[in-house]
Amino acid sequence: MSTREKVGWGVGGLLIVAYCLFPIAWIVSLSFKSSSDISNGSFLPTVATNENYAQILTGDAAELFLPALRNSFGICLIATAIACLLAMFAAYAIARLDFPGKKLILSTALAVAIFPVISIVTPLFNLWREIGLYDTWLGLILPYLSLTLPISIWTLSAFFREIPWEMEQAAQVDGATPWQAFRKVIVPLAAPGVFTTAIIAFFLAWNDFVYGISLTSTSASRPVPAALGLFTGASQFESPTGPIAAAAVLVTIPVVVLVLIFQRRIVAGLTNGAVKG
Amino acid sequence: MTATVEKQTATAPSPRHAASDRSRSEARLGWFLAGPAFAVMLLVTAYPILQAFYESLFDYRLTDPANRSFTGLSNYGVILTDPVWWDAFGVTVLITVVTVAVELVLGFALALVMVQALRALRPILRAAILIPYAVITVVSAFAWQFAFAPDSGFVNSWFSFLGLAPDTDWFGSQGSAIFVICLAEIWKTTPFISLLLLAGLAQVPEVLQEAAKVDGATWWQRMRKVTIPNMRAAIMVALLFRTLDAFRVFDSVYVMTAGANGTEVLSFLAYRQTIARLEIGLGSAVSVLLFISVVLICGLFIKGFKVDLSQARGE
Repeated sequence: MSTREKVGWGVGGLLIVAYCLFPIAWIVSLSFKSSSDISNGSFLPTVATNENYAQILTGDAAELFLPALRNSFGICLIATAIACLLAMFAAYAIARLDFPGKKLILSTALAVAIFPVISIVTPLFNLWREIGLYDTWLGLILPYLSLTLPISIWTLSAFFREIPWEMEQAAQVDGATPWQAFRKVIVPLAAPGVFTTAIIAFFLAWNDFVYGISLTSTSASRPVPAALGLFTGASQFESPTGPIAAAAVLVTIPVVVLVLIFQRRIVAGLTNGAVKG
Repeated sequence: MTATVEKQTATAPSPRHAASDRSRSEARLGWFLAGPAFAVMLLVTAYPILQAFYESLFDYRLTDPANRSFTGLSNYGVILTDPVWWDAFGVTVLITVVTVAVELVLGFALALVMVQALRALRPILRAAILIPYAVITVVSAFAWQFAFAPDSGFVNSWFSFLGLAPDTDWFGSQGSAIFVICLAEIWKTTPFISLLLLAGLAQVPEVLQEAAKVDGATWWQRMRKVTIPNMRAAIMVALLFRTLDAFRVFDSVYVMTAGANGTEVLSFLAYRQTIARLEIGLGSAVSVLLFISVVLICGLFIKGFKVDLSQARGE
């Protein structure tokens, strides 16, 4: 490649970075604007202030935002853990055993993954109210499995297929007990795949909005995206823009940290599951 | 593998019994391990959609539960003859077609840059490109809405040289509102497409590229005759996933316009009927129709474009 081409592709790369980060930079900038500064018409605040963060963390909006944060973390972690556990067994069977119905399970996972979420919400809304699951953690964890489970089965079976399972036998030949072979050989090989799958599944659950606004009504179980969507400000005369921006920044931070640490694995997980790579 | 086993056992009858015993126990173990996941998937999707179909056959409002009555398919008749459904259908199709088309072209460009970018730049690019993918859709929708809103945004003042008035209300009319919704959707999901296409690009044999280069093909010719045909499967899978995903657009519309000014999409229509108006019967029918549309799109892709989903399964 000539120097000129290198520079060209480099500039292209920088443009991509700018494209990806621009709206994030904007919402961060907005979150530091004071309420009188919101409408200044420019990208940056005139004077940076932390009043929006104070409002959602300790002020009037805290009772809306903090419980939602707790709900989101709790519900998404539990839904991810259940999905990963079920998917681990399923993916092991798909990767290692030969049995009729393997294709059926993978096709079902695909069908569930493309299922329009809103079509599930309508019947659940009615059912949950009748059996008392409306506005509870369990009432969200169950439908969240429709988001987390298919992608987990898909991604994990792609990962498990690439594990050199012969090594388990090799370790046993060398005198390891089956348990030792499993714990010392297979677990370290499988753990990165499981971990990556968990991150991707967690992103999907964390992103949910439809279930969140339809199946909850109070801060007992309302997750963050729904709380943001329904946020109307401390009083009706105060614009909620600043606090929403601050809350948006706070819920984006964990996601950005995960992405920065595990980027290589996440890309592998996303593309392994979808396209043979 | 099964074929070879059967062939062997056919010539030697005695181990046949053992082999089939073994395959039977393997099948049992397979379903024992994968069964729970399979059952849960059916429980959280197949069961609700059947329930929705059942409820769609009734005239049923939660505000008036005593007058619940069986009406057969008449809810479907009501919906399919109502311009509200067809307007929402049109908007949904428009958003789907525009976003997927732009994302495919833009995603391909991003993938090409990522392939060519310097080694040092690659981790940065990969991290950057994952951020839109990982950011909550609602957050992205708010970011774009605030940027365009006349009372909090910068877009009107930045582009005033194009003749934009400072109080231009982007969300006040159908065309401009859909434009902003599409922008937000495109920003958020292009990275996902570009990652899929990047994986597809890696599958194009380097030898073919070299051979075409030696034969004097231009960059554009190589792109059209070598690169794109060789990654057709990856492109189709990316297209299928994104089309179905775009067709259920909801979050951005809810946040930006709440379906006002001719921006109602099908998911929002179903939501509004069920959750806001408590019309369980009509809402269920909209949900079922939306589900059928998705199945039709999927069938169209698989039959019409011959998308090979075993490719998608990584087999």
